[in-house]
Amino acid sequence: MAKKRDLKQKISWELAPAPESTGHINLKDRYDLFINGKWVAPKKKKYFSTINPSNEKKIAEIAYADKSDVDLAVDAARKAYDGVWSKITPSERAKYIYRIARIMQERSRELAVIESLDGGKPIREARDIDIPLASNHFFYNAGWADKLEYAFPAKTAMPLGVAGQIIPWNFPLLMAAWKIAPALAAGNTVVLKPAETTSLTALKLAEIIQEAGLPPGVVNIVTGFGDTGAAIVNHPDINKVAFTGSTGVGKIIQNAISGTAKKATLELGGKSANIIFADAPIDQAIEGIVNGIFFNQGHVCCAGSRLFVQESVSDLVIKKLKERIDTLIVGDPLDKNTDIGAINSKEQLEIIKKYIKIGKEEGAEMYQTSCKIPNKGYFCAPTIFTDVAQSSRIVQEEIFGPVLTIQTFRTIDEVIQKANNTPYGLAAGVWTDKGSRIFNLTTKLRAGVVWANTYNKFDPSSPFGGYKESGFGREGGLHGLSAYVKLV
Amino acid sequence: MKRVEVQKTYKLYIGGKFPRTESGRYYKLIDNNGEMVANMCLGSRKDVRNAVVASRKAFGSWSGKTAFNRAQILYRIAEMMEGRSEQFIEELVLQGFQKSRAREEVRESIERVVYYAGWCDKYIQVLGSVNPVSSSHFNFSVHEPMGVVGIVSSENSPLLGLVSLIMPAIAGGNTCVVLTSEKLPLSSITLAEVINSSDVPGGVVNIITGKKTETLPALSSHMDVNAISSSQLSTDQKTELEKNAVSNLKRTFFYADDWHASAAQGIYYIADLQEVKTTWHPIENIGGASSSY
Repeated sequence: MAKKRDLKQKISWELAPAPESTGHINLKDRYDLFINGKWVAPKKKKYFSTINPSNEKKIAEIAYADKSDVDLAVDAARKAYDGVWSKITPSERAKYIYRIARIMQERSRELAVIESLDGGKPIREARDIDIPLASNHFFYNAGWADKLEYAFPAKTAMPLGVAGQIIPWNFPLLMAAWKIAPALAAGNTVVLKPAETTSLTALKLAEIIQEAGLPPGVVNIVTGFGDTGAAIVNHPDINKVAFTGSTGVGKIIQNAISGTAKKATLELGGKSANIIFADAPIDQAIEGIVNGIFFNQGHVCCAGSRLFVQESVSDLVIKKLKERIDTLIVGDPLDKNTDIGAINSKEQLEIIKKYIKIGKEEGAEMYQTSCKIPNKGYFCAPTIFTDVAQSSRIVQEEIFGPVLTIQTFRTIDEVIQKANNTPYGLAAGVWTDKGSRIFNLTTKLRAGVVWANTYNKFDPSSPFGGYKESGFGREGGLHGLSAYVKLV
Repeated sequence: MKRVEVQKTYKLYIGGKFPRTESGRYYKLIDNNGEMVANMCLGSRKDVRNAVVASRKAFGSWSGKTAFNRAQILYRIAEMMEGRSEQFIEELVLQGFQKSRAREEVRESIERVVYYAGWCDKYIQVLGSVNPVSSSHFNFSVHEPMGVVGIVSSENSPLLGLVSLIMPAIAGGNTCVVLTSEKLPLSSITLAEVINSSDVPGGVVNIITGKKTETLPALSSHMDVNAISSSQLSTDQKTELEKNAVSNLKRTFFYADDWHASAAQGIYYIADLQEVKTTWHPIENIGGASSSY
């Protein structure tokens, strides 16, 4: 008789460590601000440490920009806009952006390792997703620079001027690319602030921009905390604010720019539904659920954090899901076998722990894998909650970590109502074998991105962005360009 | 003996019905010669909230109608307006318009409705895309309506300014709550009658007369309004509207008030009130056969 397949059998499947080497990367001990094509020390001479979240060791010191430094950066961007970037022909603009894409490809291994070191994400993800996509965003947008007349029928697309861009820590270099590439292609100049826990790859991008010979001031990178970001948003000479981050901060920004002529795109939080129907290819769906919530430690605004399973298959799906997540390896982000790396910061780990506590207090049933977790660093085991209510806080609020809630449903109408019953509207997933049902759901789910029989896929040509309180505007594709132009 | 005229009572338009304001209040509309024209409903915050409820209720079925059907219904509005031209002109004259200007306002308004009727089943083709992603997926983006749109119409362009904001909103499948011109409100209620007899389902367009100082904050801070489309607001009104919009991240749009200009109509008025939805699906890529026959 064939032995019953059991993924939890006691045979040891321990993999030997397979760490990526850090020998070939170049990092300075201290990084200044990148303003007007040069490295400039912050006026107040203040610096902060960036640490490796997987071992809590300091990697480098980063300049802490204040308002006077931001003023300098915006001035440089304005001069570059007036003097050079709005004057050169669009095809020349394109070639600069192509150069950036190429150099990023050439230095992709270095960028991937630094991304993993500084942010805690598994090297496999940094290497195969973040860095190639970031480079591809420059490559894709470069070509638009001299073709904008085809993008907006019956109108002429003009640049807005100086764009102030504030990006999050979950996809540091990729978010920088999402922001900078379309802005430059449309003829704007940029002041960008990376998140305080993940400044390094943005600073490496500054090196690449230098190497590409971009005119000074076209891209300026200022590092710092929330007050640095506020100085950018509130600067009177900024024409456009682009922000990716929490809905709370998005609202502060929308409030700050009210009554001004500043344009804004806000890419904010989410609590996306991932819906599994009884006729779905269950094993594929399990992979989709895992990818949906545990990709990048769940630090994904469009994470499929609310799982809806049709009642007739819920026992099977939950059983298979538990077996599958038991195999996930949590550990050293630089190890090529690692599935789930380090939580980005101590603060974020506290938030996740707080929500896990809330979930337990609300009476939900928790399952956590018993995988080994490193002693040092910030880690969180994959966590799922069943027996949750639609009104549970862990169902309603964005956790931004490897925590999944599972609800069941019987009818299509029921799941559409439950899926849409949230202030957010960023993404959704649908798993079914039935094409007509997919189209029914994709039409009725109020979300900007719908993944059918797949999840967490991204591409430079594919517009990304949310409905309702997940923000406004799109990034990527032709539609992403409209955030950086005025039509006359 | 002179016939006693049967005067028209101007009421609000909410959920396909013509109720008086729940507040029971009114304001007197006085013409240029100081003569009284009508008692207008002084709409309240509660009226605005009722209108939002009606508008949300109508959204599912209106956005679910076929684009072709919406086009026919919008065209029907133009037909009904044409038949009522004289009434629209008369009311504009009553509110102080020169006859020739009134005629021009009505003519342009009807043309504008016809223009947007034609867009209903076309803008998705013009604005949508199939996106050539690098993985084995079919990926496409389509525009979808935002939901309930608040419309703050022009004070000075009582009919053209009104239809220029309402039509792109409903052509794109949104439903709306409209705050009309306070000093020139008559055309808006007659337009409501036209809309009500044009197969537009109740709740798709809701019209509130009264003081914007009262009704606008209620609309702009309402948590179930997705966007606000406006023209001719003062800087202070604009700032207040934007601050109120933060509560649920409303999209806000402020348009120039020259509705006669050539730029006063176009596909981008529709696009502003749309969300872009992108759908991904894997493409099976297992077999070895190619299409190079």
